[in-house]
Amino acid sequence: MISTALIRAAEGDYVANPLIPHPWEMAAAFIGFFVLLFVVVKFVAPKFEATYQERVAAIEGGISEAEEAKAEAESLKAEYEKNLADSRAEASHIREEARAEAAQIVAEAQEKAAAESARIREQAQAQIEAERASAAAQLKADVGTLATQLAGRIVGEALEDDARSQRVVDRFLADLDAEQNRAGATQ
Amino acid sequence: MRGPALLTLALRAADGGEFQPPSINDTHLPEILPWGVEWGEGFLGKNGLVLLVSVVIIWAFFSFAIRKQSLVPTRTQFIGESIYAFVRNSLGRDILGEKHFKPWIPFLFAVFTFILVNNLMGAIPVIQMPSFSHAGPAYVMAAIVYCTWIGVGIQKHGLRYFKLVTIPSGVPWYVMPVMIPLEIISNFIVRPLTHSLRVMAVMLAGHMIVMIAAAGSEFLVTQQDNIFLNATGIIVLIGFVPLYFLELLLMVLQAFVFALLTAIYLQGAIEADSH
Repeated sequence: MISTALIRAAEGDYVANPLIPHPWEMAAAFIGFFVLLFVVVKFVAPKFEATYQERVAAIEGGISEAEEAKAEAESLKAEYEKNLADSRAEASHIREEARAEAAQIVAEAQEKAAAESARIREQAQAQIEAERASAAAQLKADVGTLATQLAGRIVGEALEDDARSQRVVDRFLADLDAEQNRAGATQ
Repeated sequence: MRGPALLTLALRAADGGEFQPPSINDTHLPEILPWGVEWGEGFLGKNGLVLLVSVVIIWAFFSFAIRKQSLVPTRTQFIGESIYAFVRNSLGRDILGEKHFKPWIPFLFAVFTFILVNNLMGAIPVIQMPSFSHAGPAYVMAAIVYCTWIGVGIQKHGLRYFKLVTIPSGVPWYVMPVMIPLEIISNFIVRPLTHSLRVMAVMLAGHMIVMIAAAGSEFLVTQQDNIFLNATGIIVLIGFVPLYFLELLLMVLQAFVFALLTAIYLQGAIEADSH
């Protein structure tokens, strides 16, 4: 094991230059690197690359699958929400319609009632009017005869004094009242 | 920590009686197989052995990690795949671009793991040998990358590639005499030198820190009679621990930087006409 380095160390004055290469080390590095490169190109890198690609594909596949599922879930959710909104709108529409209908019914009923009351009032007025007319007509006829009777009596009694004529008038009126009462009772 | 080196250090210390810090000489270990010394250096030193062993380690680890190729990875497979995915995506795809990066994954992967494992060898007790603290392997790796990106440039753009690289576009003609030599120097001379020396210098510095901490504490503990000086030797070792972790970080970082620059140079060669 006595070597150049030991000898040099013992000599002491020799200083190795770190920039001067050792030829056999260069050869070792050269051969070693190309053996390594060959091994890597031939055996190591292809396997690693294949595994890498396989994994990338698997992960990307998984991701795309998950994305698909997510998209599907989202579309389902959107549909559900749309349905919900639709049914809500429909419900409110129905409610609105019912309210309008109710209002209409009430309005119609009010109108009908008003018309009915108007009709009844009109009818009553017409009846009253007719009764009043018939009463007036009857009265007109009666007044004529009564006036004639009264005049006849007054003339027949021989207008002696004011007291007597007064009595005649009173009796006539009382007769008239009694007659009127009788007529009312028979009616 | 490093047997033979410490032996020599101790010997020297015992000779002089005073502390001699370890030098660059001590980073060159005795040869394991002392053949070929007649060409100046031995055939296979510790460093060369580490370089070759690292290839086997990378091969064995990654083959073991990916043996099942299951979609749900085991822990080892996960570690292997993390490193692969890091090289593939951070170095390859992000820098070379979606269009060109696929064929370069193995090359970048080999460069990154080779330097990473060799650097980390410096942090493993007993081995404690970052191969790239020696200039030779760093030069070789930088030269391989250098030849690769120039080759790619010529393959993609023909000889026009040299024009694309050296003549910057959108620059007024009177600056050209300055710009062209600068581009040539920066792209073809400085670039491979800095590429190799960066990793080599950082690894060498880290290695020297290990050696100085080891030799210093050994000297203080074993060669001094004063109990307080012995205690300071322990303090040196304790102080070395944070440096060890810093060194660990730098080992990974330098491997990353080397591979990152490789990717950037390749990208520059592939898309030389777009900038």
